[in-house]
Amino acid sequence: MREPGATQAPGIPAAHGRGDGSVVQIEDLHKSFGSLEVLKGIDLAIARGEKLAIIGPSGSGKSTLLRCVNYLEVPTRGHVYLEGELVGERLVNGQYIRMSDRELASQRRHVGMIFQSFYLWPHLTARENVAIAPEKVFGLSRNAALELADALLAKVGLAEKRDVFPERLSGGQQQRVAIARALAQEPKVILFDEPTSALDPELVGEVLKVIEQLAREGRSMMLVTHEIRFAQNVADRVIFMDHGVIIEQGPPSEVIRRPGHERTRAFLKQLLADSQ
Amino acid sequence: MFAAALLGGAIVSIQIMLGALGIAIVVGLFMALLATTRIGPLRLLVSLYVEVFRNVPALTQLFIIYFGLAQVGLRLQPIPAAIIGLGLGGGALLTEVFRAGIQALHHGQREAAVAVGMTPVMAIRYIILPQAWRIVLPPLGNYSISLLKETSVASAIAAPEIMFYARQLVTRSFETPLVYSLTALLYLAMCLPIGRLVARLERRSRAWQ
Amino acid sequence: MIEFFQIFFDKLPQWWPEMQTAAARTLLLTTYAFILAIVFGLALALAKLSRSAMLRQMASVYIEIMRSIPTLVVLFIIYFGIVPLGITLNAVTAGSIGLGIHAAAYVAEIFRSGIEAIHRGQREAALSVGMTPRQTLRHIVLPQATAIMLPPLINMLVIVLKDTSICSLISAPEIMLRAKDLASTYFRPMHLYVLAGAMYFAMAWPLSLVARLWGRQLGRGRPTF
Repeated sequence: MREPGATQAPGIPAAHGRGDGSVVQIEDLHKSFGSLEVLKGIDLAIARGEKLAIIGPSGSGKSTLLRCVNYLEVPTRGHVYLEGELVGERLVNGQYIRMSDRELASQRRHVGMIFQSFYLWPHLTARENVAIAPEKVFGLSRNAALELADALLAKVGLAEKRDVFPERLSGGQQQRVAIARALAQEPKVILFDEPTSALDPELVGEVLKVIEQLAREGRSMMLVTHEIRFAQNVADRVIFMDHGVIIEQGPPSEVIRRPGHERTRAFLKQLLADSQ
Repeated sequence: MFAAALLGGAIVSIQIMLGALGIAIVVGLFMALLATTRIGPLRLLVSLYVEVFRNVPALTQLFIIYFGLAQVGLRLQPIPAAIIGLGLGGGALLTEVFRAGIQALHHGQREAAVAVGMTPVMAIRYIILPQAWRIVLPPLGNYSISLLKETSVASAIAAPEIMFYARQLVTRSFETPLVYSLTALLYLAMCLPIGRLVARLERRSRAWQ
Repeated sequence: MIEFFQIFFDKLPQWWPEMQTAAARTLLLTTYAFILAIVFGLALALAKLSRSAMLRQMASVYIEIMRSIPTLVVLFIIYFGIVPLGITLNAVTAGSIGLGIHAAAYVAEIFRSGIEAIHRGQREAALSVGMTPRQTLRHIVLPQATAIMLPPLINMLVIVLKDTSICSLISAPEIMLRAKDLASTYFRPMHLYVLAGAMYFAMAWPLSLVARLWGRQLGRGRPTF
């Protein structure tokens, strides 16, 4: 049990014990890059099937928080748990030791991540981008992997683009392929790191539509985004972060419509003003 | 001790390097200018020169100049032969470097300078030369280091540089590992500082891009 | 002048068989050395990119030292210098090893910059899909990096080929040694060294061309976002 301290808004229940049905649990997470402390003590639990939106100004640590969940960033202090299991480290005789590459890889396969810049692999077609992990990492046969890829590409609306290379796809199409690629992992939770921020405005909608569909299917998600209206529609809970701490959290009707905190209000006003 | 002989050789190595560097720069610049003309046969000549001298080993080039020319009546001393041989080879390499430098400055720069109202002379002095310097210095620096190492080959035509003395010392003293280790250290001591300097210049030149 | 060429055509039939064998020896030496350079160079590059600070440091030190010492010195150390340790190598072995471990330092840098040219994001995407670093290297990085690294690697091959000439100084059977031999027998250094030069040119030039054309084609290629 954690005491609600200065790092959390009062009245919010503290992080639960592990293995209580939450899919992701973040405990007193701190992350510093050199002398710069980016995360200053985050406590957070995401329930299975919950859709969590994370909003906040740039530099607030949102991306870093996400990247700690799949251990792309190594926490300076604190721990992350995936369905009760410690992420990236193991507890050995009271000491936390970093996992081996192989253990880490097998853990990461259960966490899907969508990057702002898509990061599709340019030397593979859309189909191959989605199929390669199932084949080479999860152990499916080549045919089974390709079938899976085709099904997922159809699901995101890109069946006819399966043999196209990423350089010939629009940003929105690339991001949808990236989503298909993440879905192939059958992930326990999907992490979206500003999935539409790098897209031309007219392409944002097609990606949001896919994410919305996934939300309706009941997938657990952590979604860092600037699309406030989208967050409002899709999220079960919204978190406002600033300077490495959670300022406010709650259902979208509260945090976005009637923000309690001064800073939240200022941020939302700024964002809406910018988008006019 | 060994050190004295090796250091004496080092001085000759540096002499050869500086001499060859001078020739390489002059020849390279000349050839680069020829390469930018519109005269086909001249450009072909440059290509021929560059391709031949870059695809034949330095040792072979030195042997042709030292032993080969002697056969047809032109007898050169080892050090001048080494300077000419290495210089001509280096010229082929530097031709490409200078040509890239000239072309990099060719287009917008001169027009921009003229548009701003500079005379051609001012343009050369304030815009082109400083930038040319920055483009050309790092590869020149790197070339100097490899040239210094190349001078070791001159030992095969009896130029009294480091390796020449090293081999003599070994024959006389049989202290093979020691002598060659000292030789290696000597080259290290000469090349590493130049390398650091070049790296620093490279970083500064990149800061300007 | 004409006399010069006359002698050439006159004596060539006598010189050619031996020079041809010597050329084959040169190619053999080149092959051995280059293979060693690739294998060792790759190991060095991976060491330099590894998470272990000790490996990184050792690789860096080795590379920096090798790049500051002439090939000739490395060769002499390998051939002559380890005799007191009780190991005697024949000239071809010493030549291959010497050239190989020297070139490896340069090859390592080629590998390293090729691998680093692949955008970090692609590697992160591979890790988040559940690939280990080794799988990432194998399926994502190397397939793309190979194309980038091929031109500079071919240039390195040409350099090793030219460096085999230095092995004549440890009496390894290759072109320059044979040329020197014939030059003193026939008193015609000019002809024989020019012939040697021509043979090197014939072997090296096609490779240089391939490297240049390939490099130019890649320059127009797509970015590795």
